Amino acid sequence: MIRRLLERFTATDLIMWVIGGAIMALILVGSTATISAGKYSLKHWIDFMVFGLAQGSIYALIALGYTMVYGVLRMINFAHSEVFMSGPYTAYFVAAFFHRSCLLESHPVLSMFMVLLVSMAVSTLVAYLLERIAYRPLRTAPRLVPLITAIGASFFLQYTFRGLYGSGFQAYPVVKALEKHWDILGVRILGFQVVVIVAAALMMGALYLFVQKTRTGKALRAVSEDKESAALMGIDVDRMISMTFVIGGMAAGAAGVLYALMFKQVHFFMGFIPGIKAFTAAVLGGIGNIPGAMLGGIFLGFIESLGPSLFLDGLGIVAPYQLKDAIAFTMLVLVLIFRPTGILGERLAVKKA
Amino acid sequence: MAAEKSRLGWRKPVKIGLVTGAVGTLVALVGMVEAFSYRLIVADLLSMGHALIFSVLIFGAILGARGARPAQAWLKGGITGVVASSLLGVLVLLGRIIPLRAVFINASPELFNLLSFGQEGFAGILMICAAGLLSGVLAGGMHVLPDPIRPALIRALGAVVGAGVLQDMLRPILVAWGPLWDIGELVFDANGLTPEGALGILVGVCLGYLGWEKKGRGLAARTETLPPRARKLLRVSWVSFLVALLLLLPQLLGLFLSEVLTIVGLYVLLGLGLNIVVGFAGLLDLGYVAFFAIGSYTVAILTSPELGFFQLSFWSALPVAVILGALSGILLGIPVLKMRGDYLAIATLGFGEIIRILVLSDFLRPWLGGAQGIGKIPKASLGGFEFRTPQELYYLILVGCLLVGFVSWRLRESRIGRAWMAVREDEDVAQAMGINLVATKLLAFATGAAFSALSGAIFATKLGSVYPHSFNVMISINILCLIIVGGMGSIPGVIVGAAALVGLPELLREFAEYRLLVYGAALVAMMLLKPEGLWPEAVRKRELHEGEQEPEVVDAGLKMG
Repeated sequence: MIRRLLERFTATDLIMWVIGGAIMALILVGSTATISAGKYSLKHWIDFMVFGLAQGSIYALIALGYTMVYGVLRMINFAHSEVFMSGPYTAYFVAAFFHRSCLLESHPVLSMFMVLLVSMAVSTLVAYLLERIAYRPLRTAPRLVPLITAIGASFFLQYTFRGLYGSGFQAYPVVKALEKHWDILGVRILGFQVVVIVAAALMMGALYLFVQKTRTGKALRAVSEDKESAALMGIDVDRMISMTFVIGGMAAGAAGVLYALMFKQVHFFMGFIPGIKAFTAAVLGGIGNIPGAMLGGIFLGFIESLGPSLFLDGLGIVAPYQLKDAIAFTMLVLVLIFRPTGILGERLAVKKA
Repeated sequence: MAAEKSRLGWRKPVKIGLVTGAVGTLVALVGMVEAFSYRLIVADLLSMGHALIFSVLIFGAILGARGARPAQAWLKGGITGVVASSLLGVLVLLGRIIPLRAVFINASPELFNLLSFGQEGFAGILMICAAGLLSGVLAGGMHVLPDPIRPALIRALGAVVGAGVLQDMLRPILVAWGPLWDIGELVFDANGLTPEGALGILVGVCLGYLGWEKKGRGLAARTETLPPRARKLLRVSWVSFLVALLLLLPQLLGLFLSEVLTIVGLYVLLGLGLNIVVGFAGLLDLGYVAFFAIGSYTVAILTSPELGFFQLSFWSALPVAVILGALSGILLGIPVLKMRGDYLAIATLGFGEIIRILVLSDFLRPWLGGAQGIGKIPKASLGGFEFRTPQELYYLILVGCLLVGFVSWRLRESRIGRAWMAVREDEDVAQAMGINLVATKLLAFATGAAFSALSGAIFATKLGSVYPHSFNVMISINILCLIIVGGMGSIPGVIVGAAALVGLPELLREFAEYRLLVYGAALVAMMLLKPEGLWPEAVRKRELHEGEQEPEVVDAGLKMG
């Protein structure tokens, strides 16, 4: 038994496990050093965690788009980060208009709702057109072809929006109503964090119910299970695939506004990093799996906001916050290597890839 | 019944016209029309911006007229043109009433003037529609011209536009040469082709093509029947002509164009490397720029006096850079061995970003220079001769390209090359046939990385300094684009792709801002229309047109087995 295991254990596996072990050791050493140094108090940690939860909810919303498309088409929609960007960038002009006409102060809820609506509409439209023009003709093409198309579409969209709206950073107007904060047990919780978390939770809950309880949701699940059989059962597969993109686009548009509220600016390149991180979140939770994407997003948010101070500070690394993205990417690579099925995933990667 | 039929006939051109109009509106709003309008193709007559709009309209009209009966083709083309251009008219109308510029920064009055040919009010709108109608009718009519004339006309128009676009390259070459000076002066004005020159090119290419169709094919067939010795002589003279051309090129082209050539050459090096990983072995690597960075930084650290660790010469640092590149290729290859397709792409993208973030960070600053990079990298010198100007560096890069091209050509024909292609076609079957997947894949990563590091090393000495910002993910995407546009797995394709995607934008300064936009569109269009690339490799072409030529594929499969 042990001999057979050893035979299957190759040199590359050994190297991989050594690398993995080294990273785990670094994390452990770093964390103990940080905690024993006592540089951060409990209040700091809770602060980090609230921030992580807010950030993670946004990743989770974006991740839904990746995971649903992967579930149905078995392709990474590389251009999803641009679907995410297009909504808030367009909605910026609406928000700026409300800001100028002072509606943002007098009717904050209504105007924010309008901004959200515009953002979701634009993102949905972009996602729908993307599927219709770029991906649909390639359904039966070899696997590399749609992936390259997606990369191309991603750059095309980025620079189209740059050409349309300009290449500068646009500052999102500050919503007074969201600047409130509450002190709970000595921890300051900001208004927008609450809004982000609650809005994301509501949307994810609605989506979960939609997919699990409605007829269309059932059809969606059937298509992602087996397209041919679903078509034989009388499900319009093309429509369901469009639907997947539309839902992903809606979630991304909403996430975009929340993201813009949090970082108070939009830019044509803003989708790239959150896009990759949301993909990481989707993989983390098990790609193709909707609750997994939510879980993965929140997990990634925590890791990212806690990681630099917890793992790296203790190791004596200068300016650990600069390495925040590196932590997320390392996480991505590690998950892809050691557990490509994610936390909740089935073995999709092996079965279909 | 008749009414039903005619209605169906209208619907398609109208629909295509709407799509064309939307594309034209987008092109205008993105700012390309205005940016390109500052360069003239034919002096005082046709700017590149107008040519862009016209080519969108013409392309739409050709699509709209496709499959129509000859008598109706011009009509359908005209309908498409009018519908498309009326959308542009609506844009101009709206733009003049509403301040669109608050949102779309490129919706300037200049753009609307350009679109309406400088006419105000409704005259302008009418002008737009008339232009659309005219180009649509002409394009639709051209679509049904008899065979030798239509391709001749298309090629001639293409040649005029090409000559206009490449004027910055063609004019200095023509003017620099004594006997050609007169032609250069006749054809080119200070800004664009002269009308006579444009007409001359049009007629010349037309007649040339028709003549070739008539006589030339016979000539080509006659050379086929020449005795082997004469054919060999012909081939040798061709090759020696090419070699002489390559050697003299920087002297012929002058300083600016040589600089462009060196940039193209560096991308050819990078492309040949990625071609091995993606084109031969089918491993989509999006973090390829990391090896370029490793090559550059190795040379910088080993040679630059700024950090003061070592001060080697370029030639002793170069092999170290290449070997380190290959080693890091293996090192980064090991973790991703088991991944396929999409996952591999994302993981390599992650690696590339991790390396860039690490180089940028303050944490590694004492060793890698942080965001300021490393400067004062010495030039390469060979026996007292320094590679300093682009014209001198060209030879360094040429030698690199020839070497790498030769190696990858020989590798492709070798046992390992066949193993790579087998892995690309089907990993499981390849393994079942006894191919060692681990060694094969790692070798692909290592070879590709070594080529990339070589390019990076030359890049470092060319620039004299390295910055982390030169190594972002866009470079990887750039290289991927050029090998895909050229044709995956094809070595001449890499050169064609690099010339088209790197050389052309360098020549067109206006283009710079829209480079990635056009790249993205080119990638999508390429995958939709011609996935095998401009200069495809035979196997790949067969594979991508599988459905159309099923028996041949089966045949080839049997032969290979």
